[in-house]
Amino acid sequence: MFEQAKRGDSLRVSTYARPPLAPISRTCFTLSVITEETPLHAPLEIGFDYTRSLGPVLTHFMTQLANRRITGIRGSDGRVHVPPVEYDPHTAEALTEFVDVSDVGTVRTWSWVSHPVEGQPIQRPFAWALITLDGADTALLHAVDVNSTEQIHTGMRVRVRWADEPIGHITDIAYFVPADAGEERGDAPTPPRPPATERAEDGAVSTVITPIRLDYTHSVSPEESRYLRALAEGRMLGQRCPECEKVYIPPRGACPTDGVPTTTEVELPDTGIVTTFCIVNVPFLGQRIQPPYVTAYILLDGADIPFLHLVLGCEADEVRMGMRVRAAWKPREEWETSLQNVDHFEPTGEPDAPYDSYAHHL
Amino acid sequence: MTKQRAAVLGTGQTHHTTKRTDVSMPGLLREAVDRAMRDAQVDWSDIDAVVLGKAPDLFEGVMMPELFLADALGASGKPLLRVHTAGSVGGSTSLVAASLVQSGVHRRVLTVAYEKQSESNAMWALSIAPPFSMPVGAGAGGYFAPHVRSYIRRTDAPDHIGALVAVKDRRNGALNPYAHLRQEDITFDSVRASQMLWDPIRYDETCPSSDGACAMVLGDEAAGDAVDGGAAWLHGTAMRTEPTTFAGRDQVNPQAGKDAAAALWKSAGITDPLSEIDVAELYVPFSWFEPMWLENLGFTEEGSGWKLTESGATALDGTLPVNPSGGVLCTNPIGASGMLRCAEAAKQVMGRAGDYQVDGARKAVGHAYGGGSQYFAMWLVGADKPEN
Ligand SMILES: [Zn+2]
Repeated sequence: MFEQAKRGDSLRVSTYARPPLAPISRTCFTLSVITEETPLHAPLEIGFDYTRSLGPVLTHFMTQLANRRITGIRGSDGRVHVPPVEYDPHTAEALTEFVDVSDVGTVRTWSWVSHPVEGQPIQRPFAWALITLDGADTALLHAVDVNSTEQIHTGMRVRVRWADEPIGHITDIAYFVPADAGEERGDAPTPPRPPATERAEDGAVSTVITPIRLDYTHSVSPEESRYLRALAEGRMLGQRCPECEKVYIPPRGACPTDGVPTTTEVELPDTGIVTTFCIVNVPFLGQRIQPPYVTAYILLDGADIPFLHLVLGCEADEVRMGMRVRAAWKPREEWETSLQNVDHFEPTGEPDAPYDSYAHHL
Repeated sequence: MTKQRAAVLGTGQTHHTTKRTDVSMPGLLREAVDRAMRDAQVDWSDIDAVVLGKAPDLFEGVMMPELFLADALGASGKPLLRVHTAGSVGGSTSLVAASLVQSGVHRRVLTVAYEKQSESNAMWALSIAPPFSMPVGAGAGGYFAPHVRSYIRRTDAPDHIGALVAVKDRRNGALNPYAHLRQEDITFDSVRASQMLWDPIRYDETCPSSDGACAMVLGDEAAGDAVDGGAAWLHGTAMRTEPTTFAGRDQVNPQAGKDAAAALWKSAGITDPLSEIDVAELYVPFSWFEPMWLENLGFTEEGSGWKLTESGATALDGTLPVNPSGGVLCTNPIGASGMLRCAEAAKQVMGRAGDYQVDGARKAVGHAYGGGSQYFAMWLVGADKPEN
């Protein structure tokens, strides 16, 4: 009967938001088989489409990219920086003298990428290269599309392969190819373009969007894994500190106050009290519960630290500090190794706990 | 070598607003830096080191911003440090910069803190639920509102105290040309009528999301002596930290805050903060935190913070003006908010606070907290040199 729980030991949580274009926040679940002793882990994906306001210098640079032109800026020592820098590296003064440079240049040094990862400019083996464009004094790091390490060398001449539809973004420079390359190799596979931003009336690109995604493997401790597997069986499992005798749920593996291992497991009831709470009325990006809802610190009977959960089963304005509550479990077939097995806590109808009995838990 | 005297030579900040789309991140910082350097009458060659502060990287999606900001901060060939202690970072950054002078290592240090909240979404960044957990996070307001409720219950505070603070701070902000929210017409009734966001916290009792930066130039005794009209002398600094959660933790009146304040008063020779301190710039992102921090810092006994607020003592013309600049309730570029508190305290004792200058301000406190009320950083500056 616990097959679901065993199979469901890995959950995927994804929080990928794309404001201001299209807010997305999704949660999906994948199942995998894990033995009981392995600490639990699951993928955690975090992503956001950050907007970058460019300021005058990079606005000019990006706007020119949309015209398939590359612009640098002259520094206090006369050198031309590409991409342009806003402030001089030596004097820290604001720079203003733009200089157009070529889209052809010379490889200064390079390294080989045999297994490109997601998001890199070329999605087949390629070379990273530091490239000094003709007319520039600094090198630009970019990708060069060649077959093998045999076909790239320091001093090699390369030219920009422009994206088919420039939008005013650094990725308008799709990648570089050998200056004398023909069409025989065909277009290199490239990652999806970032969203284009709205242009000003004069065509200026004053902001860009830089989507950033982080993929983690989120692992929990052996103690928390035991707690989560107990949850998958409908049990609340904490641990007691041998020094201060405080009961922690979720268990920490060590007492944060005494610094000693907590080895004694304590099974707790699924009843307790609300110590304090707030009513969330505000909608926000990535929110996974529809407001209004009551977020409450729940102190289980026998525990010495509360955890946050939802309170339903009564009007929000009827929730009180000290109110007695009981876990409302989801249907058993939906149980996972997660505190989300408890859908919410709801009032038991018993008399409230006196303030003094929980004042030290606030 | 004993601790060297140190002083604030000048301060600068941006005009704070919801979206500064006309500047880049480096450009935003430079506005504050250029103003601070002008205020301090120093040039790049006078600066020996740069200390940068910024809140969590996820807020703007820039890893190690100190690297890409080095040119804009004139840090080529100089030591450049980045400090991070969540929302208190502006305070702790100020203290780290001060320590580089107090230690005798550097003569003049530029310090700057910033946040460009418009490039991301802090509510989203603060509400990410890791696997296996219950997704009940609801940003900073969702985190702090239950503890505000606990404060109200613990002290029997009347429920209108939060609105009193909001009206005071927003009207103060109207006197500050750099403040984000400048609401001279706000009233007690309009605050009470604003939407309940995270009950018991109303919309008008919360801080805005701001783009902005703050910078200061700190210097040694000789540099401080040379400041026209007098520098802001450092009389004491203190930082303390505690874990976010442990059994029995006091989330309303955290021990780390009490300890930091006690250390600050001791180091500055203060025995009665309420009578000896002329101005306090406290980190109050939700209005109820004014009475909470008044107690935590020891300005009044536990349970009496709200009485001090209700009495009008914390108003601009009160006995202890709190946040004459309008504070975090008017301006919240998160990473910079703590440094703004330190800088505004300095401006008061330097007599440079303009329309919100507190008459006769000789000693002022700048305070910041961060994380789940777990990082505390504060400093005390004076118009006179400290005796020790
Ligand atoms: Zn213990």
